[in-house]
Amino acid sequence: MKLNELDIVQAAEGLKKGEFSSVDLTQVCLEVIKKLNPEINAFITITEDLALNQAKESDARRKMGNSRGILDGIPVAIKDNIAVKDYPTTAASKILENYITVEDAFVIKKLKEAGAVILGKTNLDEFACGGSTETSYFETTKNPIDHSRVPGGSSGGSAAAVAADMCIYAIGSDTGGSIRQPASYCGIVGLKPTYGAVSRNGLFAMASSLDQIGPLTKTVEDAFIVLKELAKYDEKDSTSNKKGEETIQKIVDLKGVKGLKVGILKQGKVANVQAGIKNDLEKAVQKLKAAGAQVTELNLPILDYALAVYYILMPVEVSSNLGRYDGIKYGYSVALLRDATEGQASSKETVARNLEEVYFKTRAEGFGDEVKRRIMLGAYASSAGYFDQYYLKAQKVRAIIKKEIDDAFKKFDCLLLPTTPTTAFKISEKTKDPIMMYLEDIFTVPANIAGIPGISVPFGKEGNLPFGIQVLGPEFGEEKLLNVAKALEEADG
Amino acid sequence: MTKYETVIGLEIHIQLKTKSKMFCRCDNFSVKAEPNTNICPVCLGMPGTLPKANKKAIEWLYLLGIALNGKIRDGFQFERKNYYYPDLPKAYQITSSTDKPVDGGFLELEIDRETRKVELDHIHLEEDAGKLVHGGDDYSLVDLNRAGTPLIELVTKPDIRSPKEAKTFVQRLRAIVRYLGISYANMEEGNLRCDANISLRKAGGKLGEKVEIKNLNSFKMLERALEYEEKRQSEILELNKKIIQETRGWDDAKGKTLPQRLKEETQDYRYFPEPDLPPILVGKTEKNGEFLIGEIKNKLPELPAEKEKRFEKEYGLSRADAKILTAEIEIARFFEQTVGAIEETDKSAEEMRRYAKKAANWILTELFYKMKEKDEDITKIKIIPFHLASLIDLIESGQISGKIAKEIFNEMYETGKEPENIIKEKGLEQITGLEELEKIIKEVISNNPKSVEDYKKGKEAALGYLVGQVMKETKGKANPQAVNEILKQKLV
Repeated sequence: MKLNELDIVQAAEGLKKGEFSSVDLTQVCLEVIKKLNPEINAFITITEDLALNQAKESDARRKMGNSRGILDGIPVAIKDNIAVKDYPTTAASKILENYITVEDAFVIKKLKEAGAVILGKTNLDEFACGGSTETSYFETTKNPIDHSRVPGGSSGGSAAAVAADMCIYAIGSDTGGSIRQPASYCGIVGLKPTYGAVSRNGLFAMASSLDQIGPLTKTVEDAFIVLKELAKYDEKDSTSNKKGEETIQKIVDLKGVKGLKVGILKQGKVANVQAGIKNDLEKAVQKLKAAGAQVTELNLPILDYALAVYYILMPVEVSSNLGRYDGIKYGYSVALLRDATEGQASSKETVARNLEEVYFKTRAEGFGDEVKRRIMLGAYASSAGYFDQYYLKAQKVRAIIKKEIDDAFKKFDCLLLPTTPTTAFKISEKTKDPIMMYLEDIFTVPANIAGIPGISVPFGKEGNLPFGIQVLGPEFGEEKLLNVAKALEEADG
Repeated sequence: MTKYETVIGLEIHIQLKTKSKMFCRCDNFSVKAEPNTNICPVCLGMPGTLPKANKKAIEWLYLLGIALNGKIRDGFQFERKNYYYPDLPKAYQITSSTDKPVDGGFLELEIDRETRKVELDHIHLEEDAGKLVHGGDDYSLVDLNRAGTPLIELVTKPDIRSPKEAKTFVQRLRAIVRYLGISYANMEEGNLRCDANISLRKAGGKLGEKVEIKNLNSFKMLERALEYEEKRQSEILELNKKIIQETRGWDDAKGKTLPQRLKEETQDYRYFPEPDLPPILVGKTEKNGEFLIGEIKNKLPELPAEKEKRFEKEYGLSRADAKILTAEIEIARFFEQTVGAIEETDKSAEEMRRYAKKAANWILTELFYKMKEKDEDITKIKIIPFHLASLIDLIESGQISGKIAKEIFNEMYETGKEPENIIKEKGLEQITGLEELEKIIKEVISNNPKSVEDYKKGKEAALGYLVGQVMKETKGKANPQAVNEILKQKLV
């Protein structure tokens, strides 16, 4: 087995035994990245010097007997909407093309403290707005399994990097499925923790009440290992919840599903779910039963409203969160174009004549279509006269969804759903029809709306295309969720 | 003017003097700082940053709410007010103007010996924006030192009836804010800012079109602008013309309000709950809220009205004196510290009151006169209460005369020196040596035979003249009472 193909547990074992060094491991990953990235386009920025320095330091620590734990010396890829100090963080947008990050994100601080080796910043849909990585200003990432298909999104670069063994694991963010859906399309594990379990400090916000950072890994065990590193209370994030750290740090190991009550949601069986996925869901049920879980069907019709609620609340937050990219303080600005062309008889359309034009033109040129679409949707849904009937109503429905989901968890330990209704689709297949694209989020969005954890575990294949099964857990019920996920992983194949 | 009733409402912004800003830990005091030095990624609105609410600012909001008799709601949710301007780094301001933390309330004013209760609409908390410094014709500079400063906004009901009342309201509010110690509340420095809405109506009729006046940077400007606007509007109404609802700016040099060129369309701020901040909860116990109103109430200091009553009662001051002494916390403090310093010298209650009155007199006459003459603020003066107390003690114990005392006081005001030192330096010690004094008195008696004769004939005034002569000879260094006594003895 090549070093880059190892998972975290295997890599840590090899480092511990001295079979190879962190520099060896890092160099292999960098070589693979250099070889594959021109085709796959999983990385926007490769932080080779940072990675090699961190690897050397890790090796030195290990030599001195000061190794920091399981993640020390293991290469990771970071979604490019998470801040890594002194390197660009672009959020895959033209507007931040040349933005150099001033501070590490909270999770990056934690990973650095754990000795992680940062290989680079991965591609995503612009500002995480999308489900295919096609809205990236830096062009789409290709699915490593079938290069004519999307890797999913928005954490498509992270998922592709893990699936193509360009790294040992990756970090992504999930607002409506952005970790789980690409994990499903690329055949890897993707975990979105409970809202508040992982600090959002340093995550370039898309929709603040829904965003959550999480791991994309090769195994469920790896996802658990990384989660433990990320789930630390951050007093500087007011939505960070101490309960996350308390409950997650207490988990010692994954014990299996014996006696757990698993509910299988009816939504997974509806007509527009691919037949193979439906069949395998049934297989999953049998396997879980065989492993000792009680599985019964559950009907939660309110979930049918989750997508509608999501596509009102999310754009409202997007439209506000993205206001700061205005060409005044940092990032792309047409005002700078004016300065650059001063003195020349330039009448380029991009040159702004006044403040208003700086705003309009900077944003018109700096943002892509999908981001603009969401800004407009959000501005509309929160504007005077429409606020009550859209935003407020959606908030009310969100509260009902949350309550009904919480109630369901009084009877069930976990819920089961496909991660996506289909396997990875063809590049450009859905770009002309945003609604079709949005429908891919139908099974992943409820977890964000309710703030609960969700994980996608690779389970089956349609042809050569993998898909995942999704486990939803109660708020701060990561332990149960990981146990069910592990059982599914073992049943896979 | 009598035909119309004036209706005024005020919107007042009070910058809080918390140590750090509203949503980050940046230093909140940047009056003297170079532009863009009191800043951090949070108040610059850098991507990925998150706000963390300043608890002190929230506590102070409630403190003011309680002091102004407002209804403290069970909590509130910060919200975003979205708009674009270069001084607003996030393109939204975090505020609480629609989910109001404090509802209603009132402030009692005394104007021309009548008490007026001005009703408040609400009080809320928000963050300040930065500042634009306009440069040449084609550029402006942005200074974000102020961005994120905690700001309390207080909105009155249209319940104010005259420009004078408006001015008194703001003055009284400033006094309370300073008593609470939550803001420097200086209009000239912009930490107390005021916009006024004014309309006229026929007595008891329905409200007229209102005009908003901005750029009111002092009490004087506030009053003058409202007086001007009152006159302007009544003249328009007299001609049966309509008032245009608009925003006007006060031009102090021209003494006029002028229409401000603003955009025609009304802004839609698209308020919605700030998802980065959980709701602020107020409770009776820690179980139901982070902010405990009972505890905050306990932190409420004595306010001007209570202090005024106590000064009357405790020190036997007149109501008028008590009112002036309590109008500003710094003056009240100066007075009480002076009295406190005297108190240390173990006086009877009655003596204390006498001393307190003396202290009040010194402050209200000499000190105020000097401050006015020098155009100085009590916070800037050199003289300290302890020294004023010493001075009063020196007079009361007969060690210096009132005339010398004034001379010493002037020197104290100029230099901040202790009275004892000034006396030594200037050789102003009282001539207490009986021998020396008797010698001088003898000389005066022999040099003024006519007055001596007059006195002996029963003319009391002549004695006064002789005392004056002695004082003149001693350059005021004699104790007038002692001189009086000795003269009487000698002239029998």
